[in-house]
Amino acid sequence: MTDTTITETAVTITIDGQPVEVAEGSTIHAACVEAGIDTPTLCWAENLTPVNVCRVCVVELEGSRALVPSCSRPAEEGMVVQTDTPRVRHSRRMVLEFLGSGVDLSQADDLHHWIKAYGADPDRYGTDGHPVERVEEPVKVQDELYIRDYSKCVLCYKCVEACGDDAQHTFAIAVAGRGFDARISTEFDVTLPDSACVYCGNCVGVCPTGALQFKTEYDLREVGEWRPDDQTVTRTVCSYCGVGCNLDLHVQDERIVKVTSPADHSVTSGHLCIKGRFGWQYVHGE
Amino acid sequence: MAAEGAENGADGCQSGCVSFVLRGLAAEDAESGVDGCQFDDMTDIYLGADRATEPEVAAVDAALGARGVDPVVRPETERLYTSGRSRRRERRHFLLPALHALQNAAGWISPGGINYVAEVLDVPPAEAFGVATFYDLFRTEPPDHEGDTFHVCVDAACQIAGYDDLAASVRASGGHVHLGPCLGQCERAPALFVQGSGGRRDYVPADDEPFELPQAGEESLRLLRRIGVADPSSLESYLAHGGYQALRRAGEMGAEAVLEAVAASGLSGRGGAAFPTGIKWRAVAAETGRPKHVVANCDESEPGTFKDRIVMEQDPFAVIETMAIAGLATGAANGWIYIRGEYPLATARLQDAIDAARAAGLLGPDAAGTGHDFDIAIWRGAGAYICGEETALFNSLEGFRGEPRNKPPFPTTHGLFGEPTAINNPETLLNVGDIILEGPDAYRSRGTERSPGTKLLCLSGKVGRPGLYEVPFGTSLGDLLDLAGGVAGNGELQAVLMGGAAGSFVGPDSLSLPLTLEDTRAAGTTLGSGVVMAFDTSDDMTAVVVRIAEFFRNESCGQCVPCRVGAVRQHETLVQMQRRGSLSPARRTLIDEMAEVMVDASICGLGHTAASAVRSALDLGLIASAPSR
Ligand SMILES: Cc1cc2nc3c(=O)[nH]c(=O)nc-3n(C[C@H](O)[C@H](O)[C@H](O)COP(=O)(O)O)c2cc1C
Ligand code: SF4
Ligand code: FES
Repeated sequence: MTDTTITETAVTITIDGQPVEVAEGSTIHAACVEAGIDTPTLCWAENLTPVNVCRVCVVELEGSRALVPSCSRPAEEGMVVQTDTPRVRHSRRMVLEFLGSGVDLSQADDLHHWIKAYGADPDRYGTDGHPVERVEEPVKVQDELYIRDYSKCVLCYKCVEACGDDAQHTFAIAVAGRGFDARISTEFDVTLPDSACVYCGNCVGVCPTGALQFKTEYDLREVGEWRPDDQTVTRTVCSYCGVGCNLDLHVQDERIVKVTSPADHSVTSGHLCIKGRFGWQYVHGE
Repeated sequence: MAAEGAENGADGCQSGCVSFVLRGLAAEDAESGVDGCQFDDMTDIYLGADRATEPEVAAVDAALGARGVDPVVRPETERLYTSGRSRRRERRHFLLPALHALQNAAGWISPGGINYVAEVLDVPPAEAFGVATFYDLFRTEPPDHEGDTFHVCVDAACQIAGYDDLAASVRASGGHVHLGPCLGQCERAPALFVQGSGGRRDYVPADDEPFELPQAGEESLRLLRRIGVADPSSLESYLAHGGYQALRRAGEMGAEAVLEAVAASGLSGRGGAAFPTGIKWRAVAAETGRPKHVVANCDESEPGTFKDRIVMEQDPFAVIETMAIAGLATGAANGWIYIRGEYPLATARLQDAIDAARAAGLLGPDAAGTGHDFDIAIWRGAGAYICGEETALFNSLEGFRGEPRNKPPFPTTHGLFGEPTAINNPETLLNVGDIILEGPDAYRSRGTERSPGTKLLCLSGKVGRPGLYEVPFGTSLGDLLDLAGGVAGNGELQAVLMGGAAGSFVGPDSLSLPLTLEDTRAAGTTLGSGVVMAFDTSDDMTAVVVRIAEFFRNESCGQCVPCRVGAVRQHETLVQMQRRGSLSPARRTLIDEMAEVMVDASICGLGHTAASAVRSALDLGLIASAPSR
């Protein structure tokens, strides 16, 4: 989070009637966090450039005809923002409904709370015999490291950003197609081993819906053995090189089932390379 | 790393060694991995094994060579301080012309072709593929037919003119038909555009017919006064009809006086949003220290709109002259014409005009002796309505997917290439010529106080003489229809679509509506891009409205959730209504709820207007509005 104590300029905005001071250049969303106002986000992440495409974070800004995305809109002195008006609630509810009506959100854990809170009912589009187009594609299992299940993809662009400008600079995947047919894809949908992919796993690390999954997790889920509540997380430092990346080892039944890195870690910003992410078999003597 | 790469057989490999090793292991044999690695020629990007064919290479080289682009060659040391990314940015905007070349050469964009373009322009192949798949005119699968593609329009004007007969006759003569959105030829519906393959050029059969402007030669014409009078292919003819007097006059006045005149004229944008041009230009002029741009938005893809096409085809010098005035006023040296790919004649006429003007010193350094440098390049779109949205247009031109950007920041500070940009519709620009020549007061003598000047209107559908008309703002809808020969078909007006698919329907009781920005707004409708499309009582409005909903479903860029999903759900709901012959109250409410989120939370104007025509048709009772109907 932004440290306001050492910045030169601060701006004050009003959110839901309450004045909030944030450093210049902060977003409205950051100001909401500062004010303790819980705001749903989906395509936003602290370690990625905001793309403001999901629109679940919209707020009402005085003087603006349409709602504005809080995740990307810079806070400007004197702004008056409302986060809980009927208009805001309606848009957030509809965005969640739209998403749920088109893709499988069963593993988008962060959204479940909001779907409930806003009373979103994704099933109402298909009632009364109305056909509803959904994204339905077979799971891509092309290697031993991760899987891609695009019927769970909400097109938040996070994986594309992590693969590209925001972390890895590999550019193995991009958005292809247009409209409802848009999908995350390699060139001509070639398999990941045939693409530029370097298997850093940073795309998996940022995916909010389970569309991208480590193969270890996918395999356990397939047999009904993925039990997050039984897992421990141990923080350690990667032993491969001298950079000093923090690793969080997710362990279930005394086996590593997933490796992540804290998004706020100064070295990694949550991103790793293939070795830190996947090179842990030796721990189990393999 | 280099040593590691060499050990694995990829001599000089500079990056991606981990991926190389992994790929080598994952691939059937390590050999293919080595072949695929192209790091030895110093690009930062990984390319697969597919190679371009000779015709593909030749087509791309010719297209890029014509624009002065050589392949990337880069000494190793340079790479240390110039990141791949910044290098890529420099040439990325040649992606669209390169993809056009591939499509035209082979009838599709092949993996080998993408790899070649990726290598030459230093663009990752996944991104080049993502761009190629954004556009209707590009195919990324091998064509299942020989020869050219015959694009037949299925939007409203062509729908009621019976596009299926046209499609059937093309098929009967062995042509491959592709049904698609509005081709901007609504006055001569049903419309056809032929996309060439195997190096053959694109063409529009109707362009061979002699052109006729309904009001040709009439005294009252301002913007259209040269059309049908001057020869659009001749600079001499343009000069003989008053051409380049406005630019010379602007040079004498100086930028500040031009800005003042434009502001005083009350001119507002004709591209649909009606933003005051004077304010826009003033904002760009105020920016200093960075390159600046003038963009003519010639994407014209709003269903029902064809005015810009006719202006560009019949008076191309006027477009480039007035762009130069915009450059002078705003201090921008770079002019860009972004024109939709389905306008081959307009593209050719504009290119010829640019070449002739440049040869005569009317473009280039010290253009027309104004002391201001200004030149123009043409970029062709490739079939995407959304690329007419100004920020989507910038992305498209820059070689990215045509996805709109969030605003702010606005184009006046962060436009093309992130630099200050004045983007205008060609009709807006044309007005500036007259404002300079006759002065803002005389200009304001036409039209109304809040809508000064004249307006170009695209008359199509069931009118006696469809075509392009110019009338002063304030003319009533009924008078305009009379001017165009009155209601045709069965003679009984059912509705008029105002402003295109993004606009709204009005009923026969609106004939006295004065056509001004303020009156149409007050009446809950819009002039938009100047579409006035008439329907008689025999037209199936349900079919028309369902198609409008399908248009938005197909044309949404897919970036933001309200529009990507909302446009699909809206279309599905209307298809069901069509099937059942009625719309339940619950579904009617749902349409409003979906409209509300599209208007409130979409990123751009496409989502904001996607429900507008649909809802107006429901409100007017043009389509099944209650179970009883
Ligand atoms: C979906 C969409 C499509 C658009 N298409 C066009 C177009 O084809 N031509 C155009 O001039 N403006 C179009 N616009 C409006 C432009 O964004 C922009 O407002 C206009 O080019 C500004 O020029 P003006 O001020 O001269 O009107 C479109 C807007 C949207 C939202
Ligand atoms: S409103 Fe539609 S067209 Fe515009 S950015 Fe969103 S998805 Fe794309
Ligand atoms: S989190 Fe703000 S638009 Fe997605």
